[in-house]
Order: sequence, then structure tokens, then C-alpha cells
Amino acid sequence: MDTTGPVERVLRGIAISLVILFFMFPIFWILLMSFQTNETILRVPPSMVFEPTLQNYRALITGRLETQTSTLEIRFMSNLYNSFFLSATSVAVGLLLGVPAAYAFARLKFRGSEDIAFTLLSFRFAPPLLVLLPLTIYFQQLGLSNTYGGLIWVYQLIVLPLILWIVRGYFEDIPADVEYAYRIAGHDFWATFWKVSLPLAMPGIAAAGLLAFIFAWNNFIFALVLASADKQPVTVGALAFVTASGIQYGQIAAGIVLSITPTFLLAILAQRYLVEGLSLGAVKG
Amino acid sequence: MSLSLENIVKRYKSETVLDGVSLDVARGETLVLFGPSGAGKTVLLRLIAGVIDPDEGRIAIGGQDMTGVEPEDRGLGMAFQNFALFPHMDARKNIAAPLTARRMDKASMAETVSRVARMLKIEHVLHHKPKELSNGQKQRTSLARALAAAPDVLLLDDPLRNVDAKLRFEMRLELPRLLKSQGATVIYVTQDYKEAMALGDTIAVLDAGQIHQIGTPEDIYLRPATVEIARLFGDPVINLLDVTPQMVDGRVQAMLSGVAVPLGAAFEQAVGRDCTLGIRAEALKFVPADTAGAIPVTIETEAPLNEKTITLALTRNGREVMISRPATQEAPSMGVAHVLPDPSSLHLFERATGRRIVGAAKATVPQGALQ
Repeated sequence: MDTTGPVERVLRGIAISLVILFFMFPIFWILLMSFQTNETILRVPPSMVFEPTLQNYRALITGRLETQTSTLEIRFMSNLYNSFFLSATSVAVGLLLGVPAAYAFARLKFRGSEDIAFTLLSFRFAPPLLVLLPLTIYFQQLGLSNTYGGLIWVYQLIVLPLILWIVRGYFEDIPADVEYAYRIAGHDFWATFWKVSLPLAMPGIAAAGLLAFIFAWNNFIFALVLASADKQPVTVGALAFVTASGIQYGQIAAGIVLSITPTFLLAILAQRYLVEGLSLGAVKG
Repeated sequence: MSLSLENIVKRYKSETVLDGVSLDVARGETLVLFGPSGAGKTVLLRLIAGVIDPDEGRIAIGGQDMTGVEPEDRGLGMAFQNFALFPHMDARKNIAAPLTARRMDKASMAETVSRVARMLKIEHVLHHKPKELSNGQKQRTSLARALAAAPDVLLLDDPLRNVDAKLRFEMRLELPRLLKSQGATVIYVTQDYKEAMALGDTIAVLDAGQIHQIGTPEDIYLRPATVEIARLFGDPVINLLDVTPQMVDGRVQAMLSGVAVPLGAAFEQAVGRDCTLGIRAEALKFVPADTAGAIPVTIETEAPLNEKTITLALTRNGREVMISRPATQEAPSMGVAHVLPDPSSLHLFERATGRRIVGAAKATVPQGALQ
């Protein structure tokens, strides 16, 4: 039954618009900035009227940053590639390790299972700076500093607990009877995992994968300390826009637009899985 | 295939759920596992299915020890109380699940699915996902899935629990024929005594993790081993009255509302002991006041059910008794009436233990008992 009157609906519409405006305005403004030169950006008072230019994007893509005083080499595109490669691989590794682990924590109550699961979650409690110093030393001794492998390993600190805890909840929500039914029908444990448990937990796996990707993508501190220029993601690479001759706002804005695009597209793609509920009417609730 | 359970014990933490359960089911027989909720019926079924393991005891199917045998290798079919359909597969795939495991070829698989679906009247919904099915259709789909591979042993965990009354009534009539046609050994779990009596070749009454009686439906109904079983089987609930049988002039009798009720020679061993007398509602008949041995009662209310009418009356001592009569029979006038118990269907239990004291009993279940 719909009890909302027309007045309430209008007020609700206005409220939602205000919220959207509040959250979306910075992104919209950045989008505008990315098509402006530093001069028009820094105008007082600011204005939405300007002559659009693609020079920021051109500078990022060609890797040559022209300032009033000099020409700078920037590695934005390789940073973008690094971001993508590091995040995607970390999430892939995280899913490969985390999903079976989540299933184990959800279904098998072994001794100390809760303690281990909590320990994994506690990785998220500690400030990254706390672990970075010892990690730097270890990485140097192991020869892992400034390698993709080392970074992906450290990124597991971010993605693994997230995947483990989200997916575990989804596995726990699958009625054990549904799995039993598949076993009794004559399928072994692995077939049941592949054909029943995994598909039913897919919305959770998609959500966890997406969140893990965003968290990995946005990470700054690990890559800043553990990687040098050629392995750095955009979050670190963006520091290059703070140049001796000033801050390149236009390029920063264009860089932001380019770097949020992959996560944005991924979110749209994953949305279908995110909204699809788990309870599909298998068992009478 | 025959099925045998030997001294099964299952504990969860400190709680003993099953305490030394032994059962034998012959090939092709239907055994109904009857008991109140929490009795351990579902746990027992899962032990047989192999999804959980017993702490003690042995399960054998077809004479073969099942210890350590995985559920997929036991060759069973099972229908769950909550249906447990695979939500991401349509009804056809659900039913075909046991067939894919047996690597059946596509054509014979399709044929088997449609044959089973036709038998259960769900052909028209095979392309629906479980969420699009009604409860009755879900129930039939889960039954079809259990039957699809024609397993030798069929476990049915209260499959009619979650369906509406009309469907339950239909299925109660339909299921025995269906199960017989499969030729499988069936373990059927239920809490409904009518379902138990309609379906079972044998009924095992399970309560608090122990089997209290195993017997044919007639055995259980006519010769319940304990007061509790007598209470569980029968609708309305059996009348239970405290008595102390006496020997008068060489005859065993009990006093009810000041009237001597003859119990018969078989009850001799009960003389002088505190007992509970069980009289089923249909074993009490309204009789004219001058009938010998008639017990006076005061009629309180009447409840007409479809084919019988239940009268609630009070004895002279203020104890409630229920009297059942065929709906066609004329109603007694309100107020004081007289009833006469049928001496051949009296049950006598020891009051302290609730155990049955051997006595004569009728040989057939009365018509009204299953309605």
C-alpha cells in the first residue's frame, strides 16, 4: 500500500536531489576542471563558462607536461596501467584464496576457526604505517621491494579480509539442506561446491570483489613506500602534478577522471549481481 | 534394499539427541518414523543419508556397512521438509540433478524427468525457478527429485509439513500408491498420526531420542505401549482417567463416577495398582439412562467435524471426557446423558510409569480413527 501523498513525494524528490547534488557536485566540478587550463580554473570568481580544451588529456596521454618554465615527463599512463594491473591481480588472488577460505569458515567449525577469522579481520584494524617499516625491511631482505609480486602480496592485507568476511556471510546464508540435497543426489563435495554453493554466493562474491578492487585501487601508502616510479599506481603517480612551478590542477582533474573511470565501469557491470538477492525461494522461510 | 540401524547414538555437545536407536526395515517396506518435534527424527534421517555421522552404532544399507561412505555413494533419494530446492536451477534441472550425477544420456534423462513430472502432475511448471512455484509445486518438485533416479532407499522428511491442508489430504491418498509403485524401501518422517497410519507398513514411535514402540499401525493404535503414545495417536485425544481396578466377585472392575466398569479377566494383574484408564472417544457410546453400566455425564459442548461429532462432557467427579459419534447419529439432549464404554477397547496403563498393562483389545481400527 502506498501511503505517500503528492506533497510528500515532491518533498522527497527535492531531498534526494539535494543529496545527489551534494555528493555529485565535486565530481561534476572536477569533470569541468579537466577541460580547462590552469588559468581558467584559478579565475576569481569561478565560472562555468569557458572554452573547453583537451590539452590536459593530451598531456596525460602523451606523457609530456608543459609548464610555463619547462617540460616535464610524466608517467601517468603507466601509472594507470599499474593501478589496473595491481588491483585486478590482487583481487583475483584474493578471490582465489578468500572464497574457499570463506567457505571453510562458514561450513566447517574447526578448532580455532573463529580466532583465525578474527585475526584476518584484525589486519584491517592496524594502521598501515604500523606495519610498513618492518615490511620495508623484510621486503628488502627478500628482494620483494619494488616488484609487482611484492605489492600484490601486501595488497592481500587489504583485499583478503574484506573478501573473506563478506563472502563468508553469504555462504552461511545458504541453507545446508540445499547442499545436502545435491550431495544425496549423487554429486561429490567439489561438484556441490561448484554447482550449488558458488553460484548461490555469487552476489556476495561480486560485491566483495568490487569493494576489494576499489580499496586496492585507492591504496596509496603501501605503493608509496614499497614501490618506485615504474611500479607505482595513479594514487602515488598523481604526486607528480605538484611541480616546482605550481600545482597542475587541470591535469590533476583529468587524471582523476581517467582513474575513476575503471572502477565506475566495474561498479555498473557488477550492479546486476549486487542487487540480485540471495534468497531465491529455495526453502520455505 | 533393506536398511538396518544398530544402536545409533548421536550427541550434540552434552545433549544426547539419539540414544541407542535400533531399527530394521525390510526391502520394499515403508517405515514411518513418528514422533513429536525435537524427538530426533530429522537427525536420524540425516544419519542414514550420511550428511552427518553417528557417534556410536552402525548403519547398514542392503547389508553393507555405511560407516565412512559419503552421501553421494549411498544411492538414496531424499525429500526435505523445507524442500531444499536449488534456487538457481529451474524445476527440470532440479529433478534432473540425481540423473546428471549418474551420467545418464540427454535423451533418457529428458524422458525420465517428464515421466516423473507427469506422475506428480508438475509437467507444466518444469521451466519455472523454485521462487516461481507454489508451495505445493515445490513439494512435488522435491518429491520428483527424490524419485527421479529410482533409488532403492527413499528418505522422506515430513514432506507434507509445509503444504496446505487440501494438498496434504490429497497427497496422503496419493502417496501410498506412488511409494508402492517405486518398490523402494521408504523411511517416512511425520508428526501426523493419520499420515503415519495411512502410509506405514510399520510405525516406529520416536520420542526424546529413543524408540518407544515399533509395530503395525493397528498395533500402535490398538495396543499403544505407553500413555504418551496413546495420546499422540487419535483425534480427539484419548480420555485418560485415574482408576484403581478391584476384584469384586471374581471379576476385575474399575469405578467410574460410582459405576462399576467391567475390565475383563486379562486385566487381573492390575488389581490394586494405581492405573490410568484410557478410553478413546469413539469407544464411548450414548445409551439410554437405564442401560446396565451406563455412566452419567453432563454435556458441556459439541463440536461437529465432517464425519463425526465430538461431545465434551463432564463426569460426576468433574473430569472432562470426549465422546465421538458418527455425524449421522442423533444428538443426545443437552444436560445429563449416559455413556457406555466398549469393554473390548479399554486401555490400562500403570500410572507411575505410563506403561501399558497387558489386556484384551479390539482387532481392528475403527473407521472414524483416520478421519
